[in-house]
Amino acid sequence: MVAIGISREQVLDWLSVVPDPEIPVLTIADLGIVRGVTIDEQVIVELTPTYSGCPATEVIEQSVIDTLHKHGVDVSIKRVLSPPWTTDWISKEGRDKLKEYGIAPPEQGASKRELLQGNRNIACPRCDSVNTAVVSEFGSTACKASYKCIDCLEPFEYFKCI
Amino acid sequence: MNADQALLAYVSRLGDNALILGQRMVELVAAYPELEEELANANFALDFIGQARMFYTYAGEIEGNGRGEDDFAFLRDENEFRNFLLIEQPNGHFGDSITKLVLFESFYLLQLEALTKCADTRIAEISARAEKEIRYHLRHNTQWFLRLGDGTEESHQRVQGSLDNLWPYTGEMFAADEIDGIFAEFFDGPHLEAIHAQWMTNVELIISQATLDMPEDQWMASGGKQGRHSEHLGFMIAEMQYLQRTHPGATW
Repeated sequence: MVAIGISREQVLDWLSVVPDPEIPVLTIADLGIVRGVTIDEQVIVELTPTYSGCPATEVIEQSVIDTLHKHGVDVSIKRVLSPPWTTDWISKEGRDKLKEYGIAPPEQGASKRELLQGNRNIACPRCDSVNTAVVSEFGSTACKASYKCIDCLEPFEYFKCI
Repeated sequence: MNADQALLAYVSRLGDNALILGQRMVELVAAYPELEEELANANFALDFIGQARMFYTYAGEIEGNGRGEDDFAFLRDENEFRNFLLIEQPNGHFGDSITKLVLFESFYLLQLEALTKCADTRIAEISARAEKEIRYHLRHNTQWFLRLGDGTEESHQRVQGSLDNLWPYTGEMFAADEIDGIFAEFFDGPHLEAIHAQWMTNVELIISQATLDMPEDQWMASGGKQGRHSEHLGFMIAEMQYLQRTHPGATW
């Protein structure tokens, strides 16, 4: 196992293919949960959890360790909480992938509290109509809500803005 | 009690509230009559257990005796848990569960908001994470509270009963003791009097919107924060700790 002699960019590049276990179309880089890579005597990867109780947190940490091991690199994971993750950390590329996958991406501006109140017009990821209705605030995972499109009648999931 | 001891006590109390409420909600998993609420409840319970893990991990680090999150959750006795009495009350019917969550989360959200500005960086960071989750819970639970209160004659009557029964357990949340005092003074922690005033304003508004009557001023139960619990906690902990007690050190 070697640590010295590899670059930060190389590590980030390796990490850019690690999938999110719950929404495998997204990588952890798209999600914006890789907060930093430090190379000293050892490689330290800083990750932040999406939600306090997200069951994927440990799986993701193990995937990062396994991925870097495959490249012969020893790594330790540091969990960071600040600043807390919001859906604003999801990259533009990640949003496009979500939409293509059939999940309506979250709106930008999660830090605006108003978004947590009142009704929003979520666009259907298939036909782009905003004539949609919420079916359930809670979906298959903690981070998604269930919607249906009133125009094309397609049920779809919405990645909650939080 | 010195500042470090108060910090440890304060953090483990935060963990106790989150764990015990999370465990109470876990009892309802696969027991809800409706899928949306089933998922909501399970997701909310996960948030609380996640928060408890972060608080307990930190408590173990402050203590410095090598105890981790599991030691705090599974290897302590009833009188070592310092959660509010409100939280350990049985789930009861749906209106009881929702009312309990609205009363507690209205407090917890204000507490977390204040903690994001406290002088202990770690608590501030965990609170900033948790605050976003509790805001979302409270939004959902308040919607149910309004619908039950302003719903049918029966739902109105039953949720009024929930409110009246749970009210005497709310006073404890605002009764500052030595730990709260030291934490406020040395770590710039929340002032419970200010939180109480804000809580009362918020809760009065929700209760009136739900067309319910405010419970009268009355005697308030206390003791949970000092480890003197109602009879309900022991049964709950016995179930929660069964595996670790029977097979000490068992891991996944």
